[in-house]
Formats: sequence, C-alpha cells, structure tokens
Amino acid sequence: MGVYWAIAVRSFRRFSTYRIATASGAFTNTVFGFILCGIYLTLWHERPGLGGYDASDALTFVWLQQGLLMPVGIWGATTTGELGERVRSGEIAVDLYRPTHLLLWWLSVDLGRAMFQLVVRGGAPLLVGAFVFDLKFPSSPLTWLAVAAGVFLAILVSFGIRYLVALSGFWITDTRGMEQLALVLSTFFSGMILPLVVFPGAIGDIARATPWAATMQVPIDIWLGRNPGGTGSALLFQLGWIVVLLLGAQLVTSVATRKVVIQGG
Amino acid sequence: MAVIELTDVARAFTVTSRTGLRRTRREVRAVDGLSFSVEPGEVMGYIGPNGAGKSTTIKMLTGILVPSSGTIRVAGVDPSRHRLKLAKRIGVVFGQRTTLWWDLPLKDSFAVLQKMYDVPPARHRENLATFVELLDLGDLLDVPVRQLSLGQRMRGDIAAALLHDPEIVYLDEPTIGLDVISKARLREFLAQINADRRTTIILTTHDLDDIEALCTRVMVIDHGHQIFDGTLDGLKSSQSAPRTLVVDLATSLPPIEVVGATVTKVDGPRQHLTFPPTTSAAPLLAQIAANYPLVDLSVAEPTIESVITQLYAPRPSA
Amino acid sequence: MVERVLRAPSQYWMLIMMWIRSSMAYPASFVLMLFSSMVLTVMDFVAIVLMFSHISSFGGFSLAEMALLYATASMTLGIADLLTGSIERVGERIRTGTFDVYLIRPVPAFLQTTADGFALRRLGRPLQALVVMVFAFSRLDVDWTVARGIVLVVSMIAGSVIFGAIFVLGAAFQFLAVDSAELANSFTYGGQTMTQYPLTVFGKEIVRAVTFVVPLAFVNYYPVLYLLDKPAPLGLPSWIGLLSPLVAVVMVALASLAWRGGLRRYRSTGS
Repeated sequence: MGVYWAIAVRSFRRFSTYRIATASGAFTNTVFGFILCGIYLTLWHERPGLGGYDASDALTFVWLQQGLLMPVGIWGATTTGELGERVRSGEIAVDLYRPTHLLLWWLSVDLGRAMFQLVVRGGAPLLVGAFVFDLKFPSSPLTWLAVAAGVFLAILVSFGIRYLVALSGFWITDTRGMEQLALVLSTFFSGMILPLVVFPGAIGDIARATPWAATMQVPIDIWLGRNPGGTGSALLFQLGWIVVLLLGAQLVTSVATRKVVIQGG
Repeated sequence: MAVIELTDVARAFTVTSRTGLRRTRREVRAVDGLSFSVEPGEVMGYIGPNGAGKSTTIKMLTGILVPSSGTIRVAGVDPSRHRLKLAKRIGVVFGQRTTLWWDLPLKDSFAVLQKMYDVPPARHRENLATFVELLDLGDLLDVPVRQLSLGQRMRGDIAAALLHDPEIVYLDEPTIGLDVISKARLREFLAQINADRRTTIILTTHDLDDIEALCTRVMVIDHGHQIFDGTLDGLKSSQSAPRTLVVDLATSLPPIEVVGATVTKVDGPRQHLTFPPTTSAAPLLAQIAANYPLVDLSVAEPTIESVITQLYAPRPSA
Repeated sequence: MVERVLRAPSQYWMLIMMWIRSSMAYPASFVLMLFSSMVLTVMDFVAIVLMFSHISSFGGFSLAEMALLYATASMTLGIADLLTGSIERVGERIRTGTFDVYLIRPVPAFLQTTADGFALRRLGRPLQALVVMVFAFSRLDVDWTVARGIVLVVSMIAGSVIFGAIFVLGAAFQFLAVDSAELANSFTYGGQTMTQYPLTVFGKEIVRAVTFVVPLAFVNYYPVLYLLDKPAPLGLPSWIGLLSPLVAVVMVALASLAWRGGLRRYRSTGS
C-alpha cells in the first residue's frame, strides 16, 4: 500500500510544479464561469425553477462545473493520456513487468494529479465565484462529507473510463477515433454543455443513467442537495458504475498482460 | 577572405534566482570578448565544458541570438540582421533535437526543405541521390522520423542540413549517443563533403575522436573566453600534461626508485611511471636499465582527454 | 519587407500542403476525425436547442436568430483556429528547443509556427457552423440584397481575422511565460462561447468591454444585428456592424507588434 501512496504523492508534486500553466488554466476556468453565469442567469430568468434548480443553484452549478472539469478529467487527463501513449509505443511492457499492479499504479498517479488540481483549479474559480455571486454551500458536516465522497467517486468513475480508453490501444492501432468518441460522450452526458436536469424527456433520462452523469452532474447535485432519489442513492449510483468500470478495467488489464507477456506485445 | 569573423563578441544574460521569497538578479556573461575568424573550407572543432558558451556562440553565428556587443560577419553579413537571407547559405544540425518533421516520413521532410530553400529540382535530386548513397538512407525514406533510431535520425538530419548546398555547416554534438559504426560512417561522410565541396564545418563535440578524425583546427573556450586556438598537435604540446613511462620488469618488485619520475601504478611485473614533459625519457631509461631487470619499455604520449582536462582545470587567474 | 509579405501566402501554402497530404494518407481515418470534430464542436448548438425546448426567446433572440449568432461565432473561430490555431503551441516549442529550428530556416518563424502541425480535421468546426448557418437563414426572413451578402462575407472574414489576431496575441504572451498557453483560451474559446449569445445578457459593462477593450463584439454580434435590423446596444449607431474590417486591421497591427516584440525578446535572451 505504501508504494501506491508514494506514487500518488510524487504525482501530486509533479503537477504542483506547473505553476504558470495551473494559474493560466484557473484563470480560464474563471472567465468561463463568468460567461456561463451570464447565460444561465438569462435562462433561469426566462424559466424560473427550470429543471428543479433556482437561479442560485444554476450559478453554483457553473462554478462547481468549472472547478471539477480538470480534476475529474472530463476532457481526459495528462496521466491517462500518457498511459495511452505508453500503450501505443509499447513502453507499457516495462510497467507490466513491475511487481506493482498496473491498474493501481496508474490510479495512484491519477489521484495524485486529481488532488492537486482539485485544490488549485477547483478551489480558485469557486472562491472567485463565491465572492461575486450568491452561491449555495453545504450547510451540515454530513453534506460536506457526502460531497467529499461524491467527488472522490466521480474521479474514480472518470478514471475507469479513461483507463479503458487508454488500454484500447492494445487492440486498436489508431486510438484517436476512440479518444474522440470518449470526448464527445463525456462532454455531452456529464453536464458539461448544460446541466442534465435541463435535458428534456427521454434524452434526460438516458443522460442521467450514464456513467458520465456520475462524473459531474451527480457530485454537483450532492453539493446542492438536489439528487432526485436523495444523496444516498446518488452515492450508490456512482459506486455501481465504479464496480462495473473497475471490474472491466481489471479484466482488460489481465487480458492485456497475457497478450504482452505471452506474445511479446 | 574569412567566411566567419567575430570581433570582441559578448553575450550576457540576466539570471533570476530565487531563494525563499528573495529574488536576486545577476548578469552572466555566456560569451565574453570572443574574437576569431574562420577561412572557407576549414573544419574547426569548437570544444569546451558544459556551459562554456558553445551553444550561445553557435546561436549567434546562425542569427538566432543577437549579441550584446561586438560584431559578427558570416558570409559577409550580420547574421542577426539578415537571418532569413543567411539561412539559405548555412546548414545546422542540433544533435539533441531533430530539425526534421517528427510525424512525417523522411522523404517528405526532404521535399519540404527543397521548396523552403528554393533548391533547383535537378540539383535537389542530385544531392539527394548522393546523400542516400553515402549515408545509406535508402530504406529509411518512407519511415516517419519518430520511428527512426537515433543514429538513423542523425543521418537524416545531416542530409537535411546539406541539401541546399550550404557554404557553412554548424554541427552541435552530431555524434552524441551514436554507436561506434554510426560515428565512423558520419565522420567519413563529413570529411568527404568537406573535401568535395569545400564546405566550412564548425563542430561542437564532447567526443574528442570526432576532433582527431575531422578537425584541422581546434578552439577551446571556457567561461565564455577563448583559451586555445590552433592545431590538435599544437593543443597537445601546449599543455604540460605529464608523460607516462610503462616499464616491464623480469619479476614483480615493489615500486622502483628513479630520479625524475614517480611510480603511479604497479601491475605485477609492469610498473607505470610519470615524468614531466620537460624531462627527456633517455636518462630515465638508462637509470632503470642500470638498476633493475628491464625487459621492455614504452613511452605513452598524453591523451587529448588529459590535455583538455588540464585546460579546464581552474586556474588562479580565472 | 514587401517581398517577405508577398511571399508569405505561397510559403504558408507550401507548409500546410505537406500536412494536408500526410493527413490524406489515411482517408478513412481522416473522414472519421473530421466527422467527430464536427460532432464535438456542434455541442454548443445542441445546448442552445435543448434550452429552446423550455424557452421561446433568449435575451430577445428567437432560435433561428440564436442559430445565426452561433453559426457566425463558431465559423469565425473555426477558420481562425484552422489557420492559426497551431501557434498556441509556441511555448511548448520554446521549452523543447524546436523553436530554434524555425529560426535557422529561410521562412519567417511566424509562418512556420502557425503552419506546423496544420490539422485539416479542424475544418469540422467551420463545416458544422455552415450547416447551422444554412438552417438559420432558412428560418429567418432576411431581406437579401447584394450589399447584405457582401456584409455577411466580409464580416465573416474580418471576424476570423480578429480571432486569429487574438490567437497570435496569446502566443506572443508565451514569449514572456512559456507555460501560459491556456490563458489565451479565455479569449479565443471563451470569446466564441460568449459571442454565441446576445451580448446584452452579460450586462452593459461587458458589452462596453467587448466593444472597446477586447473587440469581440465585432466578430459577429454587431454584423448580425445589422443583418437582422436589430438596434445596437449602448445607443451605438446600427452601422457599427460595418466596422468589423477596420477593427480587424487594428487587431492585426497589434498582434504583429506583439509577435515581433516577443520574438525580439526571445532572440536577445534565448529563453
């Protein structure tokens, strides 16, 4: 266990060295936050109570969305991107011969990254947003705890998807199509283009059942206390997808390992 | 008429270092008062320890970097002011990074360079054919650059730098990381290009075999100052590096005693002695032959490495 | 100098042709990438359509009018991104040392930085914008005249140039801070997101800012107001929509100064 902790710490430190890049990114998230607030204020002005959100919910959604975008890795992350690159180049063999578990190794790397980005790229825009707008914050310690759990689980779900996409390179020579598909699905179903509560009818029902909903919409709703079935069922929904994805990831890892070790790549 | 001429060239950088919250700025002179000239067709080795100012000099000669003071003339023009015009008359190889297009096949890089440098198509075909043969590039033309080995890529880079018939070629560490055979082939190629086309070659390297094999002239710089300029032999004799006497005795003995020399190593019946270059070896030989059971003896000249190590050693003046 | 400017288009074309040829080596893969680029970039319009399942007017704009705003914003950014987007990697090239390679070649570094890694698949964004624009005009009752047609085409070009200048300004800033590539996204992609909507919804201060400071309002907003015969905000005259080309010229001058300044700094510090 100690080794994975060390990997995560090292990854955290690595990302903390990109100071200017992090500051530029946080600035951009903040600018987008203001733009989206202008749009959502108009939308909720035209239709108060849209999707069960009031205007304050909508604004809070914006800043949480901008804050979670990078830590969760809605559009992919450097870490799993590097994993995909290693699979394509064949360097992955080195990782497979290590005594550590491939999945846990990269999960630790990704969690280190996510924790750093959560603090800076999540925290900074939220702070600015809360200063300018009247945002909602969880009122009880229990909600804070649920939010922490929800965000952590969101990162796990996202990691599971990104890991599977990265490992698809073992079987597909050109993974760019796969990456693009993942990007489209994640952008559409996570709540990145619009809160899923605004999605009408069947599209909304489908969107809210996908694993991508578990990466952004669900943790934000935990913060807002707006999950349709309550916070407990929201966390269970995330856990369900984690079990499916990580089991799949484990299966793919062992098949890939056999492929590399026996066939030599 | 010199093809490269530097007069009192200096390049200073401001380095900001941070200790805690305190920021300090200080000026570092990467190149400080450098003057030299190079004649057409010369092959000059430009050597010095890391951070001596070699890359800074090359960047100023190519026009990438503007000197802080002094004047530079390359092929008759000021490189920093006529960078684009000069570019057609020079070729550059950076050993550590490629000038080729990473994702494209080698032959596509060559095709673009032909257009970029306005090389007449016939001349381009002729050059390409020559380089493909001499550098054995035939099988590599269709391979994307990122898939080439270091040695293959370097061959491609060198061909790319020479396709437009430059008058001057700068090679920055061209043999770094290459295996022995690749190195030998590259040196042979460069020697031939220099002989056939009278291309002026400026070579920075850490591999002194490159210098031995190619250079008619060596320049050594350290801390931005020129500390030697001359032939390789001149460099060797300029320094008071000790010479070594290797003595084979009939039996193993404790270190022998010789006036004017000291034993540095005992290896069974073989003993190594060093003596100052000012001393002649003959009287030492007579002394040993008179006192010990001498079987064989040889004198080793100082290696170029040891000469250079001596040059770089901090001196009281520096 | 004049000769350099005259040669630039053919040099740029030569450089991008190499990338186009290489992307066409695998046509099936290229079509797939182009298609997915279209799908990815049309998402913002999908969001607008989803909004209109609940509302019938956004800030005084109908869906068709919103579609026109969206299409013009996406089209101009898409063209700028296609032609100059690669320049945002200049910081990375400085860090890895490949920028020096541009400086030893007989083609201006600016052209090489914008053309290197030219990705034809980025045509996806302007293509989907074109589809949305056709949809918008089919639903709008625009009184078409030759003059209006010219205004549309010229302002699309001017808008693309304004976005392109912003890409270049962001890249020039990377000479000061190599890792700041993402900063420019605030003004490019952020600018696109913003100009997809009627700017008045962001408040008067913002309208002033994007008119007089970062002239994003000239990319598409004022020209679209002119085409739709809508009054300009802040009591500005309606012909302000015709000023886009002028704004584009000013932006190009600024971007050119900034790029030259950045390059000069690089060449005297080597970093």
